[in-house]
Amino acid sequence: MGAGRLYAAVAAGGFRRYATYRAATLAGVFTNTVFGVVLVYTYLALWDERPHLGGYDQAEAVTYVWLGQCLYATLAIQGGGFEKDLMERIRTGDIAVDLYRPADLQLWWLASDFGRAMFQMLGRGVIPFAVGALFFKMALPTDVGSWAALLVALLLAVLVSFGIRFLAALSTFWLLDGTGVNQAMMILGIFCSGMVLPLNAFPGALGEVVRALPWAAQIQLPADVLMGKTDPLHAYAFQAAWAVALLAAGRLLQSVATRRVVVQGG
Amino acid sequence: MVESLRLRDGTRELPRWREGLRAYGLIAGMWVRSSMTYRASFVITVVGNLLVTGLDFATILLMFSRVDSLGGWSLPEVAFLYGLSATAFGISDLVLGSMDVLGTRIRDGSFDTLLVRPAPVLAQIGADHFALRRLGRITQGGLVLGYALVAVDVNWTVGKLLLVPVMLVCGAAIFGALFVAGAAFQIVAQDAAEVQNAFTYGGNTLLSYPPVVFGKDFVRGVTFMLPLAFVNWVPASYVLGRPYPLDLPPGAEFASPLVALVCCALAGLAWRAGLKSYRSTGS
Repeated sequence: MGAGRLYAAVAAGGFRRYATYRAATLAGVFTNTVFGVVLVYTYLALWDERPHLGGYDQAEAVTYVWLGQCLYATLAIQGGGFEKDLMERIRTGDIAVDLYRPADLQLWWLASDFGRAMFQMLGRGVIPFAVGALFFKMALPTDVGSWAALLVALLLAVLVSFGIRFLAALSTFWLLDGTGVNQAMMILGIFCSGMVLPLNAFPGALGEVVRALPWAAQIQLPADVLMGKTDPLHAYAFQAAWAVALLAAGRLLQSVATRRVVVQGG
Repeated sequence: MVESLRLRDGTRELPRWREGLRAYGLIAGMWVRSSMTYRASFVITVVGNLLVTGLDFATILLMFSRVDSLGGWSLPEVAFLYGLSATAFGISDLVLGSMDVLGTRIRDGSFDTLLVRPAPVLAQIGADHFALRRLGRITQGGLVLGYALVAVDVNWTVGKLLLVPVMLVCGAAIFGALFVAGAAFQIVAQDAAEVQNAFTYGGNTLLSYPPVVFGKDFVRGVTFMLPLAFVNWVPASYVLGRPYPLDLPPGAEFASPLVALVCCALAGLAWRAGLKSYRSTGS
């Protein structure tokens, strides 16, 4: 089997695995929709008090909320994608089997996470977004170009999201238990990706910092690209730079880990 | 009251609710001992829990760094709402929050084991995976509430002061009823455990903001249909002297205990119905 076909099969497997749990997906759609509604009302109150906060008007703030709910599971903002499996395999020592496989560890998990992201997007992300567009005034572009630009930004966001979580998962080689790292990733993910509030609306120096971190590539930049708030090429450059840096760091850490760490459970 | 029988050896059999509490205590104690085995890990998870749950209040602080009021409510007033809701939710989360493992237990068949044990199933499932790290949410909710009580501009009367602990207890009971109803729903829906989060975690987020920021129909829904508003919105509006966006019958601000009681009764019925309809996976 060609390498391309192998990883395509892994990605399809990732997609199918998540597609199996239909009731869970429906439940997730419902939950994201409820949270979206609650957030929309609080944002409207906030933007009512301070119009044009973060350069958004009310309709744009609402759009931001629903894009956030759409990407919440897609980009595993709170964690809980492939990295939990990988951590478990490292902890139990099953990783030794993976390393024997004639496939690259990083690419394998990237393919699997890509499949998961695709399903979460289609199965769980699109519906809350559509519900939001149906019941609230949103600032959606009407030209195909903006939506195409969003797709590219989302693709890069998936890479950045994977890059962060791959590093977190590899830390298990040294820490043996991922609970603490997962918790830290959860806090950073929710706060720094702009899940709670658009990063553009963060005050002062804190805003400067969070907008420079890789998490900014996940919700803030795709939202800005969709609504034409930033030059797409500028956003892509930021996302791609972080994606390359994170994936390269992952590769480096992977080679250090597999060379120097004694596998558990021998 | 439940009558207690005299057993052959002369000891009295405990009434069912006492038996449930005893089982709950034993199982919860077991989980606590097991988590205490790894002390450092326990401390880290408590701190982590404190931070994760504190993110909600961090969001409110972030918002107030850009504005002076939200829907006309000041920061101490919003903190008052948040502190009440977070502490009440924290208590019910500590006592019953592990109920989302029920779905897993049903799927892997280990729920059957609980059914044959001589202890009330609700007590067993409530204490399952009992986690003291959940004290984190209560702690940070309590801290925010403490700040709000000092900072908020209220002419305290005895009645208003007494309402604070009443809100915490009734709020915890209302959230607890949601957890139990959610567990009953899981028996029917299995994989759909996450629906529960929309009401529990979603409700907690919702109640952290003033009722006036939400649409009237929405407020109507959480006041009359799913009476989350009685956790804090209705009584806290009275304490703060803020008009409630809906017309309520007189005395509604003191109705939380009654609402909590009705919620618990309904949740109990739902739990019994759920338990009756349970079919094992057979694996």
